[in-house]
Amino acid sequence: MAKTRNDYENSWWPRFVRWLKNGSSALDDAMYGDLEEEAVLPDAPAGDAEKREAQWDERRRLLLRDEQDMYSQVHAWSRSKGAKLAQWFYRVTAVVICLGIIWMLLQTAAYLPPFGNPDNPANNEVSRRYIEQGMQETGAVNIVAGMILDYRAFDTLGESNVLFIAACSVLILLRISSEKHGGDAVAQLEAEADDRMYEPKNDLILQRIASFLVPLILLFGVYIIMNGHISPGGGFSGGAVMGAGLILYLNAFGFRKTERFFTFKTFKVVSLCALSFYAVSKAYSFFTGANHLSSFISPGTPGRLFSAGLIPYLNIAVGLVVCCTMYAFYTLFRKGDM
Amino acid sequence: MEILNIILLVFIIICAVSVSLTKSLLTSIVIFMSQSLAMSVIWIMLESPDLAITEAAVGAGITSLLLFVTLKKIHAIDLQKKEVPGHGEDQE
Amino acid sequence: MGFFHNYEEMAAMILFGIGFTTLLLHKNMIKKIIGFSMMDSAIYLFLAAKGYIEGRTAPIVVDGVQSMEAYINPIPAGLVLTGIVVSVSVTALMLALTVRLYRRYHTLDIDEITAQVRKEEQ
Repeated sequence: MAKTRNDYENSWWPRFVRWLKNGSSALDDAMYGDLEEEAVLPDAPAGDAEKREAQWDERRRLLLRDEQDMYSQVHAWSRSKGAKLAQWFYRVTAVVICLGIIWMLLQTAAYLPPFGNPDNPANNEVSRRYIEQGMQETGAVNIVAGMILDYRAFDTLGESNVLFIAACSVLILLRISSEKHGGDAVAQLEAEADDRMYEPKNDLILQRIASFLVPLILLFGVYIIMNGHISPGGGFSGGAVMGAGLILYLNAFGFRKTERFFTFKTFKVVSLCALSFYAVSKAYSFFTGANHLSSFISPGTPGRLFSAGLIPYLNIAVGLVVCCTMYAFYTLFRKGDM
Repeated sequence: MEILNIILLVFIIICAVSVSLTKSLLTSIVIFMSQSLAMSVIWIMLESPDLAITEAAVGAGITSLLLFVTLKKIHAIDLQKKEVPGHGEDQE
Repeated sequence: MGFFHNYEEMAAMILFGIGFTTLLLHKNMIKKIIGFSMMDSAIYLFLAAKGYIEGRTAPIVVDGVQSMEAYINPIPAGLVLTGIVVSVSVTALMLALTVRLYRRYHTLDIDEITAQVRKEEQ
């Protein structure tokens, strides 16, 4: 077997291959030499062994030094010039690719149907149905509200759940609990409190303006939510406005005041109640609608405050979820807790 | 009306480019905020008042606030310090 | 034909491209997040522009007029309305991850974070 292998090693093809990678494989050949030498080492007489050992040590040391030199040269190049070159290449490629993408997208945009044309294919029978029958079927004057909270209510339930889940994820990522982590967490809490130390506290201008503005903002939010089905607005916009008002109150008066009415427990209870009310009421209306049962929910007179069936209540539920989520994001980012 | 629309669109594109080009994070967030505000006017021009209210409260208000608080958290708003964290690419 | 018929869509495309470039080009994670939000708003602008019809009003029934010829398309408005609020929660989640990464590695530079992670793995 060994003989065959030797024959193969001496035939023309392996020699050609060795010649081909001669330059780079010099190190490898030396290593092969090492291995063979060590393989024959036990057979050699004992007296010679130490001498040869020393010789080979020397050779290995030299080889290692050469290798290290080579690598350090390569590293120095890649750290200084190579890194800059790669960065430059990356940036230029990114800009060129993005310009190409913009150019392709613009080409596509040029072949789209013209902007603002009533005959566009997007204005099809679906939107005709929503516009012409929507008010009779849902009772909502605002067709968008009727669409997202009646025809497509299941989709909106999913989106409110996305908000709640995002708030929970931020809570998991940023909450600092002193019970679980002990002293480390307490130190971190103190560092966070120190971070807030240099902010103006009890700033008179901010407090006066806030005490004037916050009720108005909250009232405006409530108005948007309650009139979501008869005027522009709805749960999403009104909830965001109310959340912004609560954040202003928090910034003006501090955490002590807001913790009297909004804690983690409030967030939990309000979000869960709103989401489960939404789910249960829509489940009822889907059940009766799918089975052609008579429902006690009637569209009412379009244009009145308490009309449009479930839509005002669903708007309130969505608004509460959005408001709690926005406020929770802000407090979690500021304090690491609620 | 069309001219106002085009001016606003050009404004948001200029805002987007300058967000990408500014070195200071604080400045880029303020520019992003003004872009959101211009977007909310564009929603009015596109006859979608629902979107305008939402964008004004959410895009210009809460997103920017969250970005500011993040900067505060990572101690990037510190005018005394020259070296702002995460600005490795600007020091070349 | 021509570009100018679709100037809203054109602006949306350019905005998308700029947001994508910001996402690719910057090492700073906050800049990346802003670029991501810009891509979001470009998509919303495109959708809302597709629903707009020249000379018609917002889809709120006025004086009982319920013909198709009076109002713009309500479907893109409904889609974008929920999208805007969800995009905020996505941004907040990304910022929370950024804060956690900063607490761990004390930098916002994504290359440095990768280098430190590699060093830890070894």
